[in-house]
Amino acid sequence: MASPAPKSPEQSDKSKKYDRQLSFFLDADNIGKSRAQVATQLLLELNPDVKGDFVDESPKQILETNPDFFIGHTLVIATAISERVLVPLSTRLWDAGIPLIVARSYGFIGSIRIQVEEHTVVESHPDDQHPDLRLDAPFPALKQFADSFDMSQLELKDHARIPYVVPLYQALQTWMQQHDGAFPKSSKDKNELRDLIKKGNKNPDSEEQNFTEAIRAVNFAIRKTVVPTDVQDILNDNKCINLTSKSKPFWITAKAVKDFVDNEGKGLLPLRGSLPDMTSDTNNYVKLQQIYHKQSSKDAEIVFRRAQQLLYSLSQPRDNISEAYVKNFCKHESSIAIQRGSCITSEYDQKTANASEIALSLEQPDSMMVYYVMLRAIDRFFDEYNAYPGEFDDQLEVDIIKMKSCISKLLSEWSCGPLSKDDYVHEICRYGGAELHSVSAFIGGCAAQEAIKIITKQYKPINNTLIYDAISSNTATFAF
Amino acid sequence: MDVAVQIKDAFPKRWCHLKKVLERTGPFCHPDFEPSTDVTNHFIMTTCKILVIGAGGLGCELLKNLALMGFKDIHVIDMDTIDLSNLNRQFLFRRKDIGQSKAEVAAKFINQRIPGCNVTPHYNKIQDFDECFYRQFHIVVCGLDSIVARRWINGMLISLLTYDDDGDLEQSSIIPMVDGGTEGFKGNVRVILPGISACIECTLDLFPPQVTYPLCTIASTPRLPEHCIEYVKVIQWPKENPYEAAIDGDDPVHINWIYEKASERANQFNISGVNFRLVQGVVKNIIPAVASTNAAIAAACTTEVFKIATSCSVPLSNYMVFNDVDGLYTYTYEAEKKDDCLACGQTAKVLEIKSTEIKLQQLIDQLTESYQMKNPGVTTSINGKNRTLYLPTVSSIEEQTRENLKKNLGDLGLENGSEINVADVTSPNTLVFVLKVASESMQVE
Repeated sequence: MASPAPKSPEQSDKSKKYDRQLSFFLDADNIGKSRAQVATQLLLELNPDVKGDFVDESPKQILETNPDFFIGHTLVIATAISERVLVPLSTRLWDAGIPLIVARSYGFIGSIRIQVEEHTVVESHPDDQHPDLRLDAPFPALKQFADSFDMSQLELKDHARIPYVVPLYQALQTWMQQHDGAFPKSSKDKNELRDLIKKGNKNPDSEEQNFTEAIRAVNFAIRKTVVPTDVQDILNDNKCINLTSKSKPFWITAKAVKDFVDNEGKGLLPLRGSLPDMTSDTNNYVKLQQIYHKQSSKDAEIVFRRAQQLLYSLSQPRDNISEAYVKNFCKHESSIAIQRGSCITSEYDQKTANASEIALSLEQPDSMMVYYVMLRAIDRFFDEYNAYPGEFDDQLEVDIIKMKSCISKLLSEWSCGPLSKDDYVHEICRYGGAELHSVSAFIGGCAAQEAIKIITKQYKPINNTLIYDAISSNTATFAF
Repeated sequence: MDVAVQIKDAFPKRWCHLKKVLERTGPFCHPDFEPSTDVTNHFIMTTCKILVIGAGGLGCELLKNLALMGFKDIHVIDMDTIDLSNLNRQFLFRRKDIGQSKAEVAAKFINQRIPGCNVTPHYNKIQDFDECFYRQFHIVVCGLDSIVARRWINGMLISLLTYDDDGDLEQSSIIPMVDGGTEGFKGNVRVILPGISACIECTLDLFPPQVTYPLCTIASTPRLPEHCIEYVKVIQWPKENPYEAAIDGDDPVHINWIYEKASERANQFNISGVNFRLVQGVVKNIIPAVASTNAAIAAACTTEVFKIATSCSVPLSNYMVFNDVDGLYTYTYEAEKKDDCLACGQTAKVLEIKSTEIKLQQLIDQLTESYQMKNPGVTTSINGKNRTLYLPTVSSIEEQTRENLKKNLGDLGLENGSEINVADVTSPNTLVFVLKVASESMQVE
């Protein structure tokens, strides 16, 4: 996958020529030229398929003279931007529904802030997910397949190559018969079930691989299939229940899934339809795989039909939702996700700031919230003095005092007590606005990935502020 | 040098950012930190010599980062050539560079783009160099995708350690190693002070089995059945698009098509072992190299190199994991040094065996299982005479010694307390083990 490059890599000051640090996209041959121009040229040589453009103006100028400029973009990334420009920019993009990523590198500290009103994700790709085997609610084809084996009659060679779902299912049936149809819940129940499975083992020398797998599967496969809470919240969300003619495919499909759950699904989500790898001969594995796959196709078809009906009733074109989209949605529905964010302008407004989050975090010793406070205080300082604290050697001591005053003003606005140590102020003033390449590269790499997540709607983005401390090589996430 | 002087004049503020952290002290500096008076005379710009191992996804980022952080004398080793599939993330390479040495092209690019920086390429394997070569560096940074190579360089740096007459480690012999690794959206950074903190071998159980294959291997030199499957998946499927859809790992029809094509390819290369199940496993476990993960991990590695070289901040202690699948998560902890570590442990290595009745093959299996060796060779010394018991790496000797695999250790002259010398690709050094029979009563006289 080629990373999409931003359309406008940089909007610099009209007259901004670079005379300072070189970066990978600002080489020595072009010293004195426009930063935006040189960065664009060097960026484009990375991938001949990427188109790029630059505007040799400051964001402030653009906001004043051509405010609609930003509206034409899928996503905007802002770096090294002052509070005075950030606030109107964030309002503008928030109102237009365009996601904004603000990335910052300051000494050994970095931050990423993501502003997006509502972000829905179908493919969140969670690291750990239990297989959807439905042993507690077997559908007819699964039942028929699992019941078709008389394990005791099989020869050892074949016995050891029956997919573990079968002995697990059969042992579960036996256990439930012994317990008036109840489903194993406690660890005692599950141990009994494991013993039942063990009894079926035929090989006198060692445990058969498929039986070992069946015993291991008790941990994750013997559980009541439910709609996960996060998914329930989405299905019960106002946007899902009250569809409008403007509803997006995500919400319409979610409603179709909800209707499936309430009707055909009898309280369960459409079957995911994937079978994990397991010891088996090819023939039986493929048969079982087809059984799961067919059932999930059936379920998805119902959801698709329901989605089509919804489109019709909402007077939306039929092709707004394709069968492939619904299939994919059903396959990932147990990990679909939604994030709702906040506008940076409200974070920066004393009346609407999330002061309790700040205060609560600051009570923890060594919370990285302290760096958030520092970054905000730097903004304040810059706004007041038009320089970074510690930027000039002869001002260092004075700046420390000024910076402390910026910090206490901010803290009192949030009704927070004073910071316990002066160490952080001294460290921040030491940086004097220095940008260390490796810290920028870390933040740049991470921010690029967040941009890809937002554009592709895959994986979950940062919600919504990341602070990076390269001293301890740690990060923390806060929601504002 | 002329170029550097010119740049210095034309570009007076070039290092103004570094000046702040190197010419000023702060509360989080290493206790040894001394503010520099002139950053352009700093150790990192004058004498510090860095070795980067690997010029791939991480390596390209590392070279760029180190050069922009002020390091001037950088060496890079990579045995690979540039492949089309590298170009999406290994940004020092262009289409015209395909087929050329990664190390050479990367070095040339950095030297041109970042004036004053001198990168020396080595189009070699790490095993081509000896202790003299490695001893010249102040810090080694690894951007490798191979665990075996990591273990080898780890063993090399440990073998460079020297001890004084009191048995204390000589600080000047320590070459810190910063190691980065990535897999999809996950990555890790670690700082290893050989002889002091946990080494690669101490934490060997942290590595998951490797499951990704370079495209050049699957396209031109397949060896494993997995390579044949990958070939069909990434090359044949998009070309023929048999069902006019993307591959669905849960659709048996799709898997079956791949299975058939992969079998054909395997037959063509006389590779056995392609079966339906393996196809399924390979198709569903795709871990692509992600450019942004490489960027983040290489950047964090570079910060650590910079901190170690300048003491301007304390280094990471000593392991950071990174994952940006769900938001962005990092976790930092101190991996512990193992007293009985095969590479850095100071104790004699004892290999406990059931009895001397076991076959040599069983002994070798024990070595590969317990210490994750790849194909160890074993020699011993009997009555002062060296005897090769098994040597898999030289085919003529392998043939001569193969018979020994079926023999009892006792029949080969080994007994309780015997020393064996084990050589393996995972270490540059031969390891000495003392055999200890688990139960004394079973000891054969």
